[in-house]
Amino acid sequence: MSQQTIKFVVQRQDSPETKPYTEEFEIPYRPNMNVISALMEVQRNPLNAKGGKTTPVCWESNCLEEVCGACSMVINGKPRQACTALVDKLEQPIRLEPMNTFPVVRDLVIDRQRMFDGLKKVKAWIPIDGTYDLGPGPRMAEAKRQWAYELSKCMTCGVCVEACPNVNEKTDFIGPYAISQVRLFNAHPTGELNKDERTATLMEDGGIEGCGNSQNCVKVCPKGIPLTTSIAAMNMETTKLMFKKWFTS
Amino acid sequence: MTGNSYYYRKLHSLLGVIPVGMFLLEHMYTNFLATISPERYQQQVAWLTGLPLVLLLEIFLIWLPLLYHGVYGLYVAFQARNNPTSYSFFRNQMFIWQRITGVITFLFVVWHFAETRLQVALGNVEKDQLGALIHDILSNPIALAVYVIAVIAASFHFCNGMWAFLVSWGITVGPKAQRISTYVWMGAFVIMSSMFVAALIAFSGDEFQGNIGLLLNSLLG
Repeated sequence: MSQQTIKFVVQRQDSPETKPYTEEFEIPYRPNMNVISALMEVQRNPLNAKGGKTTPVCWESNCLEEVCGACSMVINGKPRQACTALVDKLEQPIRLEPMNTFPVVRDLVIDRQRMFDGLKKVKAWIPIDGTYDLGPGPRMAEAKRQWAYELSKCMTCGVCVEACPNVNEKTDFIGPYAISQVRLFNAHPTGELNKDERTATLMEDGGIEGCGNSQNCVKVCPKGIPLTTSIAAMNMETTKLMFKKWFTS
Repeated sequence: MTGNSYYYRKLHSLLGVIPVGMFLLEHMYTNFLATISPERYQQQVAWLTGLPLVLLLEIFLIWLPLLYHGVYGLYVAFQARNNPTSYSFFRNQMFIWQRITGVITFLFVVWHFAETRLQVALGNVEKDQLGALIHDILSNPIALAVYVIAVIAASFHFCNGMWAFLVSWGITVGPKAQRISTYVWMGAFVIMSSMFVAALIAFSGDEFQGNIGLLLNSLLG
């Protein structure tokens, strides 16, 4: 009896400078496999579908429970996490590509530095350090906490950035995730103290106006974060701040 | 120069509605009067062209805002990396159509302006001959097809643009509000395109036939 196998077509790239190429793999099927366990199989036995020896496919992963975002890649044309991409639920051959809106380091490994730069740009934190104990902060209303918690699920995975038509080499649009993070930190009662500073970061080149309302981000977000609601809410905030600045400066 | 892309884009968005969108509605209304009678249409044209400081109104409420909206719009449109095959979601399709219809409308407006308003400015056509001028243009089936496509494109661009305007200024924030807004503006799109097409049909009718056919033939080559 011939053993059941799964087929993969992987877009590979040896270094950031070299051209991508595809390589096919056929690996033995085991029940309940995900894309990562399949890639591990290739790592153990680096043979391509023709039986030729090859280098193992490189990828990144950490948590294996869809909370870190490290294993994000384009699977059958959709950006998502490899850990929750179950082989049984995928059409074969399974096509794996890196999220090439980002610079490709090697194979499926990408450099997501721009996302962390984006979070720094929008000051996605709450400054509480001081020279003395500031005491406890104000309480947050439960209703507000509930929607803010949804925004806090962002794991900076880059899927929204990958799907956005307005994030590309021709623009400097920061991407949906960062706009939602401004809304999150502005919602926090202590974070609210620096609200205008954060909002103002979205009113610079590459800020919120880069959004063209294609709304792909909200459709692909693995955490179901209401990104378009955040963007629209921040559109209102930036408009208000614009008038405030005009009439008070 | 002070400012940055935030302000340039906001200005583009605002001008698209006030005054460019308002002008489109006015233009649609005036043209639609052609379905009543050539006289009613001509009366409205006479009223519009008789407005005080009409040239200044045209320059500051139509031409300059339209030029800015169009040129900056082209810049925005060609910056997108359209990806409808990977992401065939409704809003992503609308995103692309907004850009396609914007480019069609821009090209059409350039041609339409050169054929009508410019000819009036050059003294080739009198204001009271505009209905006959359009009648003659539309007697060419290719021109008629271009006009039909263009008015539908312009109506779509305005209506879907209004949907986006409401999001971009933070008025329709949540998904439900945005969904209802989609229904409202797609309804408006159907009404607007119908009114524009009805006007085109009226202009094609015999009652708009004038005697400037020879002139037109020389203009169109």
